[in-house]
Amino acid sequence: MTAVIETNGLGRRYGRRQALSDCTLSIPPGRVVGLVGPNGAGKSTLLQLACGLLAPTSGTIEVLGARPASGPAQVARVGFVAQDTPTYAGLSVADHLRLGARLNPGWDDGLATARIRQLGLDPGQKAGKLSGGQRAQLALTLAIAKRPELLILDEPVASLDPLARREFMRTLMEFTAEHEASVVLSSHLVADLERVCDYLIVLAASRVQVAGEVDELLATHHRLTGAARDPATFPAGHQVIQASHTERQSTVIVRSSAPIDDPSCSVDKLDLEDLVLAYMTQAAAVGRTPVLETTR
Amino acid sequence: MTWLTWRQFRTQAWLVLTALAALAVALTVTGPNLARLSRSTGLAACQANCEAAADNFVNQAMTVVNSRVYVVALVFMFVLPGIIGVFWGAPLIARELETGTHRLIWNQSVTRTRWLAVKLVGVGLVSMVTAGVFSLAVTWWAAPIDKANLDRMLPMVFPGRGIVPIGYAAFAFVVGVTAGMLVRRTIPAMAVTLVVVVAALVATPLYLRPHLVTPVSFTAPLDTSAMQSVRITETDMTVTGQVNQPGAWVVSNKTVTPSGQPFTGPADLQTCGRANFSKEGCTAWLASLDLRQQASYQPASRFWALQWYETAVFLALSALLSAFCFWWVRRRLA
Repeated sequence: MTAVIETNGLGRRYGRRQALSDCTLSIPPGRVVGLVGPNGAGKSTLLQLACGLLAPTSGTIEVLGARPASGPAQVARVGFVAQDTPTYAGLSVADHLRLGARLNPGWDDGLATARIRQLGLDPGQKAGKLSGGQRAQLALTLAIAKRPELLILDEPVASLDPLARREFMRTLMEFTAEHEASVVLSSHLVADLERVCDYLIVLAASRVQVAGEVDELLATHHRLTGAARDPATFPAGHQVIQASHTERQSTVIVRSSAPIDDPSCSVDKLDLEDLVLAYMTQAAAVGRTPVLETTR
Repeated sequence: MTWLTWRQFRTQAWLVLTALAALAVALTVTGPNLARLSRSTGLAACQANCEAAADNFVNQAMTVVNSRVYVVALVFMFVLPGIIGVFWGAPLIARELETGTHRLIWNQSVTRTRWLAVKLVGVGLVSMVTAGVFSLAVTWWAAPIDKANLDRMLPMVFPGRGIVPIGYAAFAFVVGVTAGMLVRRTIPAMAVTLVVVVAALVATPLYLRPHLVTPVSFTAPLDTSAMQSVRITETDMTVTGQVNQPGAWVVSNKTVTPSGQPFTGPADLQTCGRANFSKEGCTAWLASLDLRQQASYQPASRFWALQWYETAVFLALSALLSAFCFWWVRRRLA
């Protein structure tokens, strides 16, 4: 099967600011992909490139085997819920459904009306009068009811309260379970994604730090705690992600597909949050060094 | 897409169309009476030397009500392009970009080219039809008055008659759309649109219309017995002769000395001075200078030629701007 999103050396520059650089990814189909990273890491840029709202300034991107937004058929296959879930303030909920029905050949009207009823939204209500959570649900309904093969959501729950957040995620999961669509959603909070994602991309400092199946990532990352030692002395198969040292003790996070067999230290599993933080800390450290050099 | 475009546009459409409907009522109520007067005074049938019939018609026709309708219609035709550009053109794209809804709509199964095409062509055609229908109505209503006044070539009347309003409407609308696309915020886009449209409409009679067809030029001895204006001061004197072309639009009218220099005086204070001014003496002195009149004008017969050319220029500008919009929405806008 073709990859859902396949990028090669993908980059995007805004004027002089490089928002995304050298991004090479191949996301297998049928996954719920979490895209995490700090604010300004390039998450929105990557997702907007994937749905064709932005064009790359370098490299290539293919979504479902074609260039994003290359024609009506391609747009029909990808659903997108933008950050802050924009809707037409002057149009009613029913108008939004009518809009979806008229603009999407694959529109599933039964699904859309059932969801609106389930959410308890008044079809005559203007979208501008809805709460943030209701508006997000309406935007999600529009994206789902066009029956996309790939659904992309850019920080969909960032502005929602915890209850609305959970409701939103539940709807999303129901949809993916029923329709076997691939989903990519971004957040700056791992907690939002932890329960729902089976594939993870960590984006920081405009670069992809790590990407892979969640299970595999958890299985291959380890925290080693032991007597202070130089990270360079680890065996070849161990990739050191992050190291912190005190006078007597080193804590090192390594990636290794081989089991760790080192009697000199204790080995712990990482949870997803620790793993993401390790990569983000490392990216921040790398990102800082050249800045210091230039300002000296 | 058509449905959505109309759904978003209908409030603004009704606002403008309601105002136009009020004007339409005024025109239909008063128009037939004007036409009747034009026939009864002989103006309608008159082919040449119509001054008497025209005076008679104007005396009877220009009642308080008709004068007001005439002025309102004139003003309306002047501001209509601005209204179309500011209220129909500028918000069309700017509001979507401002509220972020372009990201919603571009992810329905519609390419952004088609999205722009439907909006641009749909609302653009409504603008042109609106302007066309109202220009037709006003042109019909004012036809006898224009015939009596012989002024439809003049810059105050010309833009509100015939087919040029269609060109102006298309142009103003596309200027609004383009400004909205570039500025990305509704209110600033409206301001930019207003400035550009007003500048274009002011520049047209100054720089464009006189040159659409080469004006008729002539140089003739200045007829000092029938002057259009004479201005005398202590140090200089300017005189302007008459251009005896009924209904023509005088583009330039200069008085020069036999050597070809512009005539600036000074006046002979013996005959033209304030102290011992005599009209005959001053006129005779002026005649002795052997001045010449250099003038150019667009004759009344060119009304429709100028209308067609000017409309074509504005439609061509609109087409260019539209092409730019399509290029921009595909390449630059995101």
